[in-house]
Amino acid sequence: MAEHISENHDEHSHHTEGEHHIVSIPLYLMVFAVLVVGTILTYFTAQWDLDWIFPGANTLLALLIAFTKMMFVILFFMHVKYSSKLIWLTAIAGFFWLAIMFAFTMQDYLTRSAGVFTR
Amino acid sequence: MQNVDATNIDRVGNEPELNYLNNGSSVKSWLLTKDHKRIAILYLLSVSVFFALGGIYASFIRLELLTPQSDLLESGTYNRVFTQHGVLMVFFFLIPAIPAILGNFLIPIMIGAKDLAFPRINLLSWYIYICGGAFTLWALLQGGVDTGWTFYTPYSTTFSNSYVMAVGLGIFINGFSSILTGLNFIVTIHTMRAPGMTWFRMPLFVWAHYATSLVMLLGTPVIAITVLLLALERVAKIGIFDPAIGGDPILFQHLFWFYSHPAVYIMILPGMGVVSELISNFSRKKIFGYEFIAFSSIAIAVFGFLVWGHHMFVSGQSIYASLVFSFLSMVVAIPSAIKVFNWTATLYKGQISYDTPMLYGLFFIGLFLIGGLTGLFLGAMGLDVHLTDTYFIVAHFHYVMVGGQVLAYLGGLHYWWSKITGKMYSEFWSKIAAMIIFVGFNLTFFPQFILGYMGMPRRYASYPAEFQVLNIFSTAGASVLAIGLLMPLVYFTYSIFFGAKAPANPWLLPGLEWRTSSPPPTENFEKTPIVTWEAYDFTEESGLDLENARNRLRAPLA
Repeated sequence: MAEHISENHDEHSHHTEGEHHIVSIPLYLMVFAVLVVGTILTYFTAQWDLDWIFPGANTLLALLIAFTKMMFVILFFMHVKYSSKLIWLTAIAGFFWLAIMFAFTMQDYLTRSAGVFTR
Repeated sequence: MQNVDATNIDRVGNEPELNYLNNGSSVKSWLLTKDHKRIAILYLLSVSVFFALGGIYASFIRLELLTPQSDLLESGTYNRVFTQHGVLMVFFFLIPAIPAILGNFLIPIMIGAKDLAFPRINLLSWYIYICGGAFTLWALLQGGVDTGWTFYTPYSTTFSNSYVMAVGLGIFINGFSSILTGLNFIVTIHTMRAPGMTWFRMPLFVWAHYATSLVMLLGTPVIAITVLLLALERVAKIGIFDPAIGGDPILFQHLFWFYSHPAVYIMILPGMGVVSELISNFSRKKIFGYEFIAFSSIAIAVFGFLVWGHHMFVSGQSIYASLVFSFLSMVVAIPSAIKVFNWTATLYKGQISYDTPMLYGLFFIGLFLIGGLTGLFLGAMGLDVHLTDTYFIVAHFHYVMVGGQVLAYLGGLHYWWSKITGKMYSEFWSKIAAMIIFVGFNLTFFPQFILGYMGMPRRYASYPAEFQVLNIFSTAGASVLAIGLLMPLVYFTYSIFFGAKAPANPWLLPGLEWRTSSPPPTENFEKTPIVTWEAYDFTEESGLDLENARNRLRAPLA
């Protein structure tokens, strides 16, 4: 299957805007399978107590699984993998803006307990 | 290219019998139209209804504040009235007004396209707007919401007993209208420019809408998700914002302002685009620093996403985060200042004509300047502690939103009215109205700066007696402003039925929208234009003999 994806990529990496790539049904089913497995994995990993690694490890693992699922949706279901550079830029901009939101929000949370300036 | 007499464009271009207004008159032809110009008219009508409703709520606020006691409205009702004023004005008037009406109508024409890239999605965005609006209105009629337009937790969660979810859902739905409009504009500007219409030949109005669309696309999903999280907490008791179940109320403010501060730029950037058109065209001079103004729009869109924490200096946000947000708030003033300096530089040695749209353009510069500079007061952390939640804030954002966006919207509406309707309005009455609006606006909101500085808090139905005199000024100003705002309704309506027929190019300007008939045909141009001239080119290079046409029109007066 990996080869199949790779072929598609090579074949269509130079597509111009306006052309539509037709993703094969087996590939759609494979992505669907990844999403289902990811969901099941999320359920089971939530049952394990991973706090012995570090506090919040469960959340991190759940987010990693969710991120992987999201990448499959964006790349294959949303056809970004086969799209022009402009579409890639647009998709990356979305992530960049999300990163801004997280980073600037976290600068509050991570420094809130530091108190105020002291001499 | 052979020069064409600008006054004779109609005759030279053989004015078409069918234009977008008379090309189908059934209700169906309007409600199922895919023509961007007709959709703009649908927006014009619906946005005006929301503006009027928001205005009615504003009158109740000002009437209540005429006296120190809470006598016209009791406190609970007052909370609902100012919330509904804010919700209607922000989400259903200020955000869609210029992009959905003027942007929709003009962007394809200005870049020489036949329509937007996705005409059906354009119509869909209007229906979504109407659905969101209807939902919100229904909720308001049921009793409304009392949280303030910001829906701060815990007002909107633990302590609320009003229709938060219904209004939230209305705003959630409406957000998709913005997203689709922004998407449509971006794709249209990228892919549908006429031959020769390079990025740096586009009018600055189009650049401003491009920047606005970026903010709409990148910011609006966040408010939708935030409202969804609010719903999840209220319905499913998942701890997100409520500390009792593991949430953090300040997180709501982060998420809310991540969208809502850039939303301020969704409101003002299109207004800046209009003003760039007005200042350059009514100075009959190429705009000073075209590239700087174009890129400052993009800079405002980008930097606008980095400053939201200045709304949270006294909310419990970390002082270190506040420092960063305060600094970045000062940075965003730079591109705004670039625009103001470039506009004023454009005026210098220009052949300025004081037609009604230009009056609005000039008012915009002055009022936006005051609104922008007082924003710096509020971005300064120490001073903000004193001014937060006072009438100073109310005055500041009304100077930007009303003095800026609304005046730009009115300026744009006057400027392009002849193109939109094919009729001329009364220049005399429109000038009177513009003056009345300017005076009324300042009388309403300037006293509020002083009230705020003196410590009068916002969002209370009663206040200490020593504040009454300035509040009387403010309420009197609101009455004057209301009269001024009603006047265009009268003379615009009159002009549709009795106004003189507008020529294609009544202002004698070089832009593409003035090279098609008034009103334009459904497909905008008889044949696809080929652009060989720069934006705001008043020389013969534009292919129009503007100077000769102007001299001939002036001749009888001399």
